[in-house]
Order: sequence, then C-alpha cells, then structure tokens
Amino acid sequence: MATFNFELNELPPEAETLRQEVREFLRTELPKLSSEERPRTWGGHNPAFSKKLAARGWIGMTWPKQYGGHERTFLERYVVLEETLAAGAPVSAHWVADRQSGPLLLRFGTEEQRQRFLPPITRGELSFAIGMSEPDSGSDLASIRTRAEKVPGGYKVNGTKIWTSNAHLSDYAISLFRTQVVPDKKHEGLSQFLVDLHHTKGITIRPIYDLAGGHHFNEVHYEDAFVPEEARVGKDGDGWKQVTTELGFERSGPERYLSSIRLVLELINEVGKEPGERAAVLLGRLTAHLNTLRQMSLSVAAMLQAGKSPNLEASVVKDIGTTFEQEIPELVHALIGAEPRLDTGSEFEKTLGYLVQHAPSFSLRGGTREILRGIIARGLGLR
Amino acid sequence: MATEMRNLLADTCTRLFTDRVTPALIEAAEKGQWPDSLWQAVEEGGLTLPQIPEQHGGAGGTWDDAHVVLSAAGRFAVPLPIAETMVGAWLLSTAGLDVPMGPITVAPTQAADRLSLRREGAGWKLSGTAGRVPWGRSAKHVVVLAEHSGKPTVARVAGGAAKVEPDTNLALEPRDTLTWSDATVAAAGTADSLQPDSLWLAGAMGRAAQMAGGLEFLLSQSVKYVSERKQFGKPLSAFQAIQQNLALLAGHTAAAGMAAQAAFHAMEKGDAAFEIACAKVRVGEAAGLGAGIAHQAHGAIGFTYEHTLHFVTRRLWSWRAEFGGEGHWAERLGREVAARGAQALWPLLTSR
Repeated sequence: MATFNFELNELPPEAETLRQEVREFLRTELPKLSSEERPRTWGGHNPAFSKKLAARGWIGMTWPKQYGGHERTFLERYVVLEETLAAGAPVSAHWVADRQSGPLLLRFGTEEQRQRFLPPITRGELSFAIGMSEPDSGSDLASIRTRAEKVPGGYKVNGTKIWTSNAHLSDYAISLFRTQVVPDKKHEGLSQFLVDLHHTKGITIRPIYDLAGGHHFNEVHYEDAFVPEEARVGKDGDGWKQVTTELGFERSGPERYLSSIRLVLELINEVGKEPGERAAVLLGRLTAHLNTLRQMSLSVAAMLQAGKSPNLEASVVKDIGTTFEQEIPELVHALIGAEPRLDTGSEFEKTLGYLVQHAPSFSLRGGTREILRGIIARGLGLR
Repeated sequence: MATEMRNLLADTCTRLFTDRVTPALIEAAEKGQWPDSLWQAVEEGGLTLPQIPEQHGGAGGTWDDAHVVLSAAGRFAVPLPIAETMVGAWLLSTAGLDVPMGPITVAPTQAADRLSLRREGAGWKLSGTAGRVPWGRSAKHVVVLAEHSGKPTVARVAGGAAKVEPDTNLALEPRDTLTWSDATVAAAGTADSLQPDSLWLAGAMGRAAQMAGGLEFLLSQSVKYVSERKQFGKPLSAFQAIQQNLALLAGHTAAAGMAAQAAFHAMEKGDAAFEIACAKVRVGEAAGLGAGIAHQAHGAIGFTYEHTLHFVTRRLWSWRAEFGGEGHWAERLGREVAARGAQALWPLLTSR
C-alpha cells in the first residue's frame, strides 16, 4: 500500500511579503470592477484584469526568465493563487494558460513553441482552452475519436470536442486528437495540438448553456480543419502521457476547495457577531475543514517545489476539497433555509442562488469524483 | 533533518509496539490488568516525555516528536496513558516543577468538574471530585489544574491519594472517578503562560493525534482485508463500490493526519488553541466516518470480538467525545470566527 506524504509546510518569509503585495493590489483593483464582473467563484473572465496581474509579474511566476517568467517558487505562486481566489478576483482569462498550458509547453513543447507562446502568456495577452472531452468520451478520455490525419505540412482534423470552457473567448485550445488508429490500444496514437481558435479554417464553435443559463461551455466542431505540423506538442503518439501530466497540474490547487468561500463569508455576515448555537457549530466546522484543506493543499505545493510528483496526494485534496465546497450550499440551506435568488435579493441570497446551481459541477470538472477515487484506490494498491 | 529524526522515532515506536502490543496484551488490559512491563519498555525507550526539556527529566525534543509517538500509540491501540503522561508532564514543567518517573494522569478532564487547592503552612491540600479520569486507578501521579487566587495552578498528588470509583470507556480503558479530601499535594506551581483551559486543550490535542493514528490502522487493515477476502470469485478489492469507499477513507485519514500534525506544530510554536479546535473537529468527524467505512469493508467478521478491528474503532468512538466532542469545539471555533467578522476569516487562516 502506498502511503501518503502530507508533511506540514510553512511558507517562507518572501511568500508572506508577496501576500501583502497581492492584498494591496486587490484592495485597489477589485472595487473598480462592476458587481457583474465580480464572480462568485473563480469563473470570472476579465482580460484587462489578467493583464494587470501580469504586469505585476504574477502570471507564469515559476517559469524561466528567458520565456518571460519570473523564476519564483511554487509556494510564492500558491500565495498569489489563493489570495486572488479568496478575494473573488476574475482570473479565468489566464488561469488555464498559467496552470497547465504553459507548464505543458515548458515540459514537452519545442524551443520555437516556447518562445512564441510563453512570453505573451506571461503578459496576460494569450488565453488558452482545453480540448479533451468529446460527445462519446468523458471520463473514458482515451476513447476519443477526433481524427488528425497526416497530410503534407500538417494534419487534417475531423471530429467534435465538447465542454470546452471559454473556447469562444480564448486564442488557442490545446487539443487531444487521434493521429494513429492502433487496434485495441486506445491509449496509443494520441497527440496534442495547439489549435488557433481564431484563424483555423473548418472550425465551428457553438455555445452550450449551463443549467443556470450561463455560457462558458462550447462545442468545437472540426470539419477538414488544417492544423500545421509545428502546432503539434511533443511527439506524434505521446499524447496520453502528456495529457495525464497536464491533468496532474489541474488537480492540486486551491481552486479545488475555495469555490464556495464567498458563501462562507456571506454566512458570517448573515449570522452576525453573536450567532446562535447551530450557526456557530456550522461556522466552526467549516473553518476546521478550510484550515485543514489549506494545509494539505500547501503541502502538495511544497512537494511540487521539491520536484516531486504528488499525483496521489493531489487527487486526495481534490476529492475531499470538492466534496467540501460542494457541501457548503447544502449546509447553509439546512441552517438558514433562505430562498436562493438570482438577480434580486440580498448578497447572501444571490451568492446562495449562484452556488446552489453551480455546485454540481465542482465534482465533475478536472476529473469526476469517481475517477479520482479510482486513482486513489490504485494508489492504495486495490487495482 | 528534523523529518529524518521523526522518521527514526516513528520506526522506534513501530518496532516496540509491533513486538509488544499484541491482541493478548490488549485483551488483558481490557480485563483490568495494568501492562507494567510494556510501560517500563515505553518509558525506558524515552517515549513518554519526548517534548519535555532535559532539565525536567524529558528527552528535550519537541511537540512534533510527541505527535509521532501519540499517532503510533493510536495506530496500535496502546493501552497506556502516554498522552496523559505527556500532558501532565508538560503542565508540571511549564509550572517549573520536576517531572517524576512513572505513569501520570491528569484531572479534571470534564468541563464541569472543579477541584480546589488550599494553602496549609508551606504546603497545599487538594479537594474535590473529578470524573472520567484516565487510568485514575493505575497512575503513579495525578496532575491537576485548578484555580487558586485567580490563577491557574498546577498541582501534583500521588496516585492512591484519592478515593477511586472505577469505570471505563467503550474500549475498556480505565476512566475513574477520583475524590480527594484534603489530600497532600506533592508539588504545586503556576506560570503566566497557563490558561484555565490549558489541560483541556492539550488533552484534546493528544486525542486528535491518537485518533489520526487509529485511522491509519483502519485504512491499512481495510486495504489488507479487501485484498485477501474473495467473494463472487474475486477479491473484494476488485469491486468499484469497495474501492470508492476505501478511497474516501484514505481522504479522511489524510485530512485527520494533517489536522493533528498542524495542532502539535502550533503547540511547539506557542498558541495552538485555533489549530487544536480545528483538529478535534476534523479528526473527530473522520473518526466516525472512518470507523463506519472500515466496519462496512470488513463485514460480519469485523464485528466480532475475535477480530482486532474493534480495538481501534471502540477507542475512536470514545476518544472523539473525550476532552470535548466535535460540536463543542466547532461551537467554540465558530463563535470566535463570527466575533471577528467575515473580513477577518481569510487573514486568520493565512496567518497560521
């Protein structure tokens, strides 16, 4: 049986100095946003805000300076992430590029790709989406069928990607295609590509509205779309190995337990300085979970900083973190029973309304709860 | 480096407890027998006073070391007052008093019990009744925290100085009622750093570490069992329903370990009230859920006295309630968070 390695980690002094700088920045910048621009989770998309963060050096923080990065530590990056999330800053315009597309190119991209894509990402000028799932391939990602056939100078792509968040707002989608069909070996023959969402002929992006009427999902349809050779990331056929590495980047961060923090803060306002017993017990329980999850998430960041691959630990944090953030609207409902509201009502009621409707997605995105528990079970030696 | 030292300490505990804490030993302890040779071995191994300064008779280590020992003690269901000895010795050394050899227990362990100290000549006398005192009948010394002249005061009395009404918790660990009537106090003292709830907090912290260790046992024992037991022609571990439940147990076990570790580390740095409350809430919750999952995975055999699973699960069910249950600590924590206001929550979390 594998054992977990959650060692308590203390942030170095430079990280705490940085924290104060980020707070000062957010105190100045966030009030300038209209209330519609201030998200209730990390889904808010605001390129102008991302550029301001970039100007402070807070995108691509850990990357080499030669690519526009700042060569700071994973722990310093962690501080920027958790401060922006806790304050409800609109970070999604740069989130995917900073979290996974950039690191993927650093690890598997060509020198030319790094020089071309990484510097504009660190300036907040280039945004990325993720093209993985397909209509018939969700959790069973290796069964994707979108075909990239070799043609002179590149590939001809046919098929459909789905649940591509912000494809309509992004510049590129790092997409997984089948470049070779290997009978009975679905994990082989996959490759990743940098697809230019603005200039690729043969691509159609259609919105998919979520249950609350919001538009972040899209369907991206490819019909004889030409993708040049130099857009392939890594070797032809290495896509599966790369994509599992990329998903590792996606699973360990503070976004996996802080999605409902706004509702916890509104709850504190709602119950007042001298709450009743039930409210106090709930607040205390939420605080205990928040504090523990933060320590676990920090511990994973420290493992990354030490050059380890804490895939098992990251899956554990995402599993219990998303379960926690998903549970918060339910617990608040059980305590207060206020009607969740859309655009009218108090901040508390609107935040509740937003989170009640969005919470189901918390344990779906980035790998479902069932898939994560399968990964953990494998780590335990059960499969 | 510090991590390596702690790994060595963990190995020492594991070796000692693997050799000595057998089912037969635990069963004998449950029938009321004091495991004296086990105590001698643990004490001689330097495991009872890891965080006590050397000038007070301890090993001169840290609370992080104490955490390692108590987790291991919980993992093996060690039927000894190791946590109580550590807490009692800490109270004594904090008050500038010498720490004697032998098993120590602490009182009062219930929020409502009050003991009184009075001066008599150059010495002190102790009176009052304390319920649910762990190993009250076997401890060589009882360390008491009581208020005197408005100050929290630590006093040590000899074991045997009280009238004892024996009782136990669910795991048949002694939880006795002790009554003192003008009992002679062997040593007493105070310190500015002591609070009226210092004993209560340190006790809760000790139980959190023991429970986190107990959960580690439940996880490894459950993984082992479902990998060996076959039904429908394949091991239970091949069933997704089983895998998913054990993955959940792994998550709660990891969270419990982190919460307990954070509390001990905060104690080493000084003010740990926040982390201890978090730990008792988080670990206590994990204990209940974890015991449920482990028993479900083991089926009927795990519900028998013959199987060893219950040595840990019965302890978890008692320990989560001792020194305040989840509700108590959550309410205390919640009142503090509410009083500080919404804007203060995130700065509080990130300042720890």
